[in-house]
Amino acid sequence: MDFASSKVAPPEVAETAMTSVKIVVAGGFGVGKTTASDGVDDLSHTPDKKTTTVAMDFGRLTLDAGLILYLFGTPGQHRFWFMWDDLILGAIGAVVLVDTRRLADSFPAVDYFESAGLPFIVAINGFDGDYPHAVADVQEALSISPRIPIVQCDARNRNSTKAALIALVEHAMEMQLSAR
Amino acid sequence: MAGPGRDKWEPAERVGSAGRSASSPGPKFDFAAGFAPPPRDPFVPETAPSGGGSSLVRPYAVTGGRTQPKYQLQIEAMVAASHYEARDLSTLSPECQAILGFCRDWRSVAEISAVLRMPLGVARVLIADMAMDGLVRVHQIDHEQGRPDMNLLERVLSGLRKL
Repeated sequence: MDFASSKVAPPEVAETAMTSVKIVVAGGFGVGKTTASDGVDDLSHTPDKKTTTVAMDFGRLTLDAGLILYLFGTPGQHRFWFMWDDLILGAIGAVVLVDTRRLADSFPAVDYFESAGLPFIVAINGFDGDYPHAVADVQEALSISPRIPIVQCDARNRNSTKAALIALVEHAMEMQLSAR
Repeated sequence: MAGPGRDKWEPAERVGSAGRSASSPGPKFDFAAGFAPPPRDPFVPETAPSGGGSSLVRPYAVTGGRTQPKYQLQIEAMVAASHYEARDLSTLSPECQAILGFCRDWRSVAEISAVLRMPLGVARVLIADMAMDGLVRVHQIDHEQGRPDMNLLERVLSGLRKL
């Protein structure tokens, strides 16, 4: 039983470094958050990944040989809100998917990310390329700073989702630069 | 000194009949004021819709009742099996053997939990134990420093653009 003496410090991997980062995707129920986490996903071979653990909804994107991006959907039900702190810890930022027909559903997420100081963008979820509300109207209705990017996004479309993620990362970089 | 927690792990079979109760003691959480406590342990998977997949064992039985991991593991922390020498893996609990088998490639804590149908809190305790024992390697960013730095963000950006 030599394993009893093999206690070591948590090993950091040097030779084959694998880094992971994450982005949080929030939206009221039914705005297509699941689709957004799936749209550009290379975890689709994993069965039941959404049904296994109710509170977890995520996708995995291989960005380069040593870098993986995880997209985590925030649990919508109130009873899982305690998980949000866990999800945003160390995250690059968040995309708030907004359904302009149910704008108020997005208020809690916007409030939460604002108070947590997490970089976030708003992505207006369009259905079939239809965006009935102007960006300026959404900005005013959500009463968010003009510095926060608002993009239009069809969460079912891979390129559209990708563009939203890029907008978020760029915004996160701008926030870091302006904080210096 | 005994390996951390190992002697407390209860292989699933042994808990068997005692653990078949539908209720779960579950971990304690500090719920922010205003939130109603959940009607059930949120770390326990909903009864598997596909049927037959739900565990018959109380979730934290496999951790010996511990709900706190030996060190903090982020949900996106990457885990891979160590290049272990000849070691008798049959002494490990089925859960730990499953983690080792699944982590031949780098996997995140979230994936381990979801794919192995293991509540997130349980997965964290087991993975931290296994890392302390040198069974798995863990890689995670030191979030004491806050958010990912500019270099990493540049890398993410260029990776996204290439997708």
